[in-house]
Amino acid sequence: METLNNLFLIIAAAIRSLFADPHSVWANLTMDVINFIIVVVIIVLAALILILLERKIAGWTSQRTGPNRLGPRGWFQTIADALKLMGKEDITPAGADKFIFKVAPMIVFSLPMMTLAVIPYGNGMAPINLDLGIFYFLAISAISTVAFLMAGWGSNNKYSLLGGMRAVAQMISYEIPLLFSLLGVVMITQSFNLGTIVEAQKTIPFIILQPLAFVIYIIAGLAEVNRAPFDLVEADQEVVAGPFTEYTGLRWGLFFLGEYGNMTAVSALAATVFLGGWQGPMFLPGWVWFWLKVGIIIFFMMWVRWTFPRIRVDHLMHLAWKVLLPLSILNIFLTGFGIYIYRFVMGG
Amino acid sequence: MDVASEKRLREDESLMQKNVLVTNIDKLLNWARGHSFWPVTFGLACCAIEMMATGGPRYDISRFGWEVFRASPRQADVMIVAGTCTRKMAPLLRRIYDQMPEPKWVIAMGSCANAGGPFVDSYSMLAGVDKVVPVDVYIPGCPPRPESLLYGLLQLQYKVSNPAKVRLMRNGK
Repeated sequence: METLNNLFLIIAAAIRSLFADPHSVWANLTMDVINFIIVVVIIVLAALILILLERKIAGWTSQRTGPNRLGPRGWFQTIADALKLMGKEDITPAGADKFIFKVAPMIVFSLPMMTLAVIPYGNGMAPINLDLGIFYFLAISAISTVAFLMAGWGSNNKYSLLGGMRAVAQMISYEIPLLFSLLGVVMITQSFNLGTIVEAQKTIPFIILQPLAFVIYIIAGLAEVNRAPFDLVEADQEVVAGPFTEYTGLRWGLFFLGEYGNMTAVSALAATVFLGGWQGPMFLPGWVWFWLKVGIIIFFMMWVRWTFPRIRVDHLMHLAWKVLLPLSILNIFLTGFGIYIYRFVMGG
Repeated sequence: MDVASEKRLREDESLMQKNVLVTNIDKLLNWARGHSFWPVTFGLACCAIEMMATGGPRYDISRFGWEVFRASPRQADVMIVAGTCTRKMAPLLRRIYDQMPEPKWVIAMGSCANAGGPFVDSYSMLAGVDKVVPVDVYIPGCPPRPESLLYGLLQLQYKVSNPAKVRLMRNGK
């Protein structure tokens, strides 16, 4: 059990021991490259699996079967889709701002790579152990706003620009309750380090101490990754496909990868901060617990997507500024009050 | 041009048609294309209702992986022209077709899209969308039932997966 729990750490130590000095620059560089490849593989695999799961769950919620013709139970469907996207013509509109148009999907795809690098996937298994983990995560994920606006502006299409502006309005508004909902946990643990936060949840996960913050985080997180009921950015009926309207083939596929990668990153942060990350009963290895928790949150997000209709723009803003923001500030206040009482009772 | 050189030229052309260098990649891409038609939403009249029924639980187009109806033609592969196309609509139909990236296909669904249907004598009627866009599969019916649409898509899948066979059949060989 202990071996299985530390499987990846043992493999990492074995690779390091191939070098004369296991902590030399070259050993560190090799490990960094391997970690980078693993994170990219996680994103691509997550997208391949999640797109099919999304379609299966869509079928399940509307009493259909979902894709089931290609391969065992339709599991090769996404592979066919991905290959087809690779074989499509690559169109750049004549009036587009070509550099911005081409660079925007790359930025969207690179952000989940950067955010997923600080998540602890198991005991001591964070690719990069940052002391400002949460801060870094939120700072990086905020950049995707700019990428969406770049896509909208660079396409030189009025629907793209409308979609990009919607993305900016929505993502900046929901960034604030998302940030504030995580502050309660930071106040309790006195640390921004994700590893320390997981360690602090050894006895009790923070979802029990911070239920309000968890609910706010999930709602704001759904809005951050532009998923229904907050998918106003790519609302088909209003703005064609939002910032992605002019993108074809693999460029559009990169947006898709980025979207599912972002969803995985947001779910991974929720699992780390609120559900105890890799902590769990010892009959399963820590990294299995981690991915189980991530899977539950992703399933919940998909369930919500195929259950609720899209909300109106003014209701969206109303929810962010008049409901979620006061509630998250109240949560910070209550947490501080609770910590004060706890210290007073414990005689600190 | 003499007979011998003409023959040689024809042999070269037939070799080119087989696509000597990239034949396996072509096969793989054709397999992928045939199993992943993303239609652009182009419902014009009552046939569109049948097209929507095809997406519903009873007929469930998603079993074949074709349920991804894209609003933007840039991400679509096949245009299902479902319904009556008037002369006023024809330029828009052509523009949407032009905005789709290659490779792209068109399905004419219903009698109106095929040849004008019951409105063929009207001054405003475009009798058959094949006057403005190249049609790959014609689905008869007024309107065709969802089974017909699925059968038409399966025929298109056959056509995409076996380009050589279909080319021969069209030449009457």
